[in-house]
Amino acid sequence: MLILGFDSLSRTFVMKIRRRGGEEQKVELQMTPMIDIVFQLLVFFIMTFKIVAQEGDFNIKMPLAAPNESTPDDSLDVPVRLEILADANGNLAEQGIRLNNNLVFSDFNSLHAHIRGMMGDDAGPGSTGDVSVEMDFDYQLRYKYAIDAVTAVSGYLDANGNVVKLIDSIKFAPPQRPVAE
Amino acid sequence: MRFNRHLPPRVEGDLTPMIDMTFQLIAFFMVLINFTEADQNEKVQLPASALAKPPDAPFEHPIFVQLTRDGTVILAGSEVPLSGLKPYMIREGEFLRLRKKTPSDATVVIRADEDTPTGTVQEIIQICQESKFDTYVLRAKEPDAYSGL
Repeated sequence: MLILGFDSLSRTFVMKIRRRGGEEQKVELQMTPMIDIVFQLLVFFIMTFKIVAQEGDFNIKMPLAAPNESTPDDSLDVPVRLEILADANGNLAEQGIRLNNNLVFSDFNSLHAHIRGMMGDDAGPGSTGDVSVEMDFDYQLRYKYAIDAVTAVSGYLDANGNVVKLIDSIKFAPPQRPVAE
Repeated sequence: MRFNRHLPPRVEGDLTPMIDMTFQLIAFFMVLINFTEADQNEKVQLPASALAKPPDAPFEHPIFVQLTRDGTVILAGSEVPLSGLKPYMIREGEFLRLRKKTPSDATVVIRADEDTPTGTVQEIIQICQESKFDTYVLRAKEPDAYSGL
């Protein structure tokens, strides 16, 4: 007969083997080293654990334009020009979002609403493939506003958390270095 | 006359549940740990975007360019000034040609800090364009409210 048990005082795993004759043979397994190692492992993993936010990407395709090439590669493209202006601190300027040089927005939500209306999104996604947008940023504009602008034109999350795409083709204008004073 | 020696009762705590839990915790941390921090740096605080979803498939030839808020770039783990980007991209282009690929097959992954001037990002793209790279992705992180664990 085999009896298994844990002796917490001596931290040993006791295995008693009782034979027919009545004599008992105790086999003790030391648990202390195992628990030590297990705790070491646990501490290691807890210490090295780092919560990292999920990261995602925005695609932009920008081949270098050949010199003296005035027409875009795809003649189907309807170019939309978006200009984002910055104030002296690099934040978004008042009325700093300009679309096609004639529409002015003060925040990205209204820009997004306009783009959505412009793309006729009610008809359903998929009809948006042939529109491209070129973005021109002020040099000192903080990058987070650039990503906000890209987010506003590239799509939105629907009620189920799925990404609905609006404008897929995004280009950046060449940088305009501030003129040295 | 017989005396019974009263021994104090032997208290035996059961360690099995504790060991079970500890193993569970170890398994949990082992599964969640990732050592892919080579392409991440604490000097780069990515901008947040609700549309930032992890890509479905890894890029075939990613080239990571990280832009810190000090205006330096981190290339292959070493921090260099922006002027160091051009020779690096030329080297990457030659490396791709050696492997019978073109720069168009590679994807330049730009991880820029949220407070850097956007003009610097545009300059990075311009420098890469001069080395014939044309596919770029701008990396952003999910907003904190969504980032659960």
